[in-house]
Amino acid sequence: MAFDGARKPLVAVDDLKMHFPIYGGLLRRRVGEVKAVDGISFEIMEGETLGLVGESGCGKSTVGRALLRLYELTGGTVKIDDYDIAHASPEELRKMRPTMQMIFQDPQASLNPRMTVADIIGEPLREHQKGSALEREDRVLELMDQVGLNRDFANRYPHEFSGGQRQRIGIARALALNPKFIVCDEPIAALDVSIQAQVVNLLEELQDRLGLTYLFISHDLSMVRHIADRVAVMYLGRIAELAPRDDLYAEPLHPYTQALLSAVPEPDPSLESKVERIILRGDVPSPSNPPKGCNFCTRCPLVMDICTKREPQFQEVRPGRFVACHLFENT
Amino acid sequence: MPDGALPVLDVKDLKTVFKTRSGEVHAVNSVSFDVKPGELLGVVGESGSGKSVTMMSLIGLLPSPPADVKQGEVLFDGQDLLKINARDLRHVRGGKIGFVFQDPMTSLNPVFNVGYQLMEPLRLHMGMTKAQARIRAKELLELVGIPDAERRLKDFPHQFSGGMRQRVMIAIALACDPQVLIADEPTTALDVTIQAQIIELIKELREKLGMAIIWITHDLGVIAGIADRVMVMYGGQVVEQAPVRELFTNPQHPYTRALLQTIPSVRGARAEKLNVIEGQPPILGAAPAACPFRDRCAYRFDRCDRENPLRRDVSPHHDAACHYDFTKGGAHGV
Repeated sequence: MAFDGARKPLVAVDDLKMHFPIYGGLLRRRVGEVKAVDGISFEIMEGETLGLVGESGCGKSTVGRALLRLYELTGGTVKIDDYDIAHASPEELRKMRPTMQMIFQDPQASLNPRMTVADIIGEPLREHQKGSALEREDRVLELMDQVGLNRDFANRYPHEFSGGQRQRIGIARALALNPKFIVCDEPIAALDVSIQAQVVNLLEELQDRLGLTYLFISHDLSMVRHIADRVAVMYLGRIAELAPRDDLYAEPLHPYTQALLSAVPEPDPSLESKVERIILRGDVPSPSNPPKGCNFCTRCPLVMDICTKREPQFQEVRPGRFVACHLFENT
Repeated sequence: MPDGALPVLDVKDLKTVFKTRSGEVHAVNSVSFDVKPGELLGVVGESGSGKSVTMMSLIGLLPSPPADVKQGEVLFDGQDLLKINARDLRHVRGGKIGFVFQDPMTSLNPVFNVGYQLMEPLRLHMGMTKAQARIRAKELLELVGIPDAERRLKDFPHQFSGGMRQRVMIAIALACDPQVLIADEPTTALDVTIQAQIIELIKELREKLGMAIIWITHDLGVIAGIADRVMVMYGGQVVEQAPVRELFTNPQHPYTRALLQTIPSVRGARAEKLNVIEGQPPILGAAPAACPFRDRCAYRFDRCDRENPLRRDVSPHHDAACHYDFTKGGAHGV
């Protein structure tokens, strides 16, 4: 699906902050905080897939959870369908829940092992009291068809399914209440390559058919390139770069995006030997004590004086392309 | 690599069965392969394809019961590792054959410092004194690119980052100058930028030390960059084996072909729709009487249901286990 500027944003995030306290010392006082997400802003258009990529610990899963208010936000606003999620009361939030759903990484851990597949998929319907018991049963079977699960297996338990099929159960459950927006948190990371493609194709089909909007969180840059319309690259709690998919992969602007893309192995030996790899030195700094200035300055191959002093602005440097880097400031 | 060189490790017809309460699982079925000195052999396959179990069987790392290495020969250093006693095997393992596991956090002991864990194989296998071992341990940490090695010997595993921990694991595996290093998904638990660092390191070490490496992974991208030769496993069997370029440009098994088409890339043209291998990998409840890939195969014909295909040579260094002949576009031997 092509990105279309005329469409209206379904999700609008402004200056989202999510800090977790660290308690320490004899009296377990608050001694610091982990700035898991530290001031990020973006929009997701209706029917669009925004890919959110980054390495472990960069805060991408926290963003996904904060968007659905599975955490109490430290700061900033989140609007989904013009509705302020960040400041809604519990009752208001409950009414909003059907619009926004989540698919989790580990289908083993996110499905109750003591419930049958029909119970799992039907639970959101029961919880929000949609229809009679009979209608709910029909809906469950319809959902199983939609995600490609055999109806005959409705009374089986999650452990009787393979990883890919379990992920389909998770997807059916997320679809039960006809959501508009789904956060997919690493939905294919636990699956084998041959099964990954099945799940990604299913997600794409469902999007076309039901007009869904996705936030697709992943560390797999090649899969994100496949499924996303636009891609946001996170590093240490901030967005380093946000751009339409083709632009980002053809010409990454931020030095971190460049290094990240160059590090991805190429499944073709003749191309692989031509890849110019930027090997980043060192590890990601701790989010409880991020470096001063630009948070990438400790590993950046193009670091300048100003990078260690002042934080770069996240700004539009070309139409539709946002970068937070001093190389692109004042240009 | 010299063509006629004798293999440093030669595995023949290995078969491993797990006995569980719900029946037998035939995890490894007649797997044969060899590795030449200095060669990097990539082993590719999905979870449950038998790639890790194969490697663990050959150095006796599987608990028995439930595992039972039923048949086969593992020729290494003039002896059959499946026949020698536990004491001698212990000497080979961690000594002449080094092992690096996927998850560096669970394979390092959290209550001993890194120095102790590095010195342990040196003292056990090489008979070094504490002082000698400490000097060598420091050298090893420097070899794998850990700065400030002297001080870090006293640190515990949790004080290292994921990438650094994997470097420590590699240092331990290299401690006794192994002839073969078996690396089981060594970069899977790491981030891409850290994975790139570890791959660079292994390439460097290989040039410097010249040992043979068996690299197990599910990531064809990693294999493309480092391997000399690749072995593809499916359903507990080797389905194809070829030099790396040959395998990627001229795959001869339907599984390899399908696998190569399903993986997207960050470079080059972008596919509109991902190719899919429909279905699920097989459950290995019994010794296979038919081709394990047949249910998912686009080239299936009657013979595939009757007979498990043997590996046959496609060219001198390339073999595949399939009844279908892609060069001819029909069944073999018809």
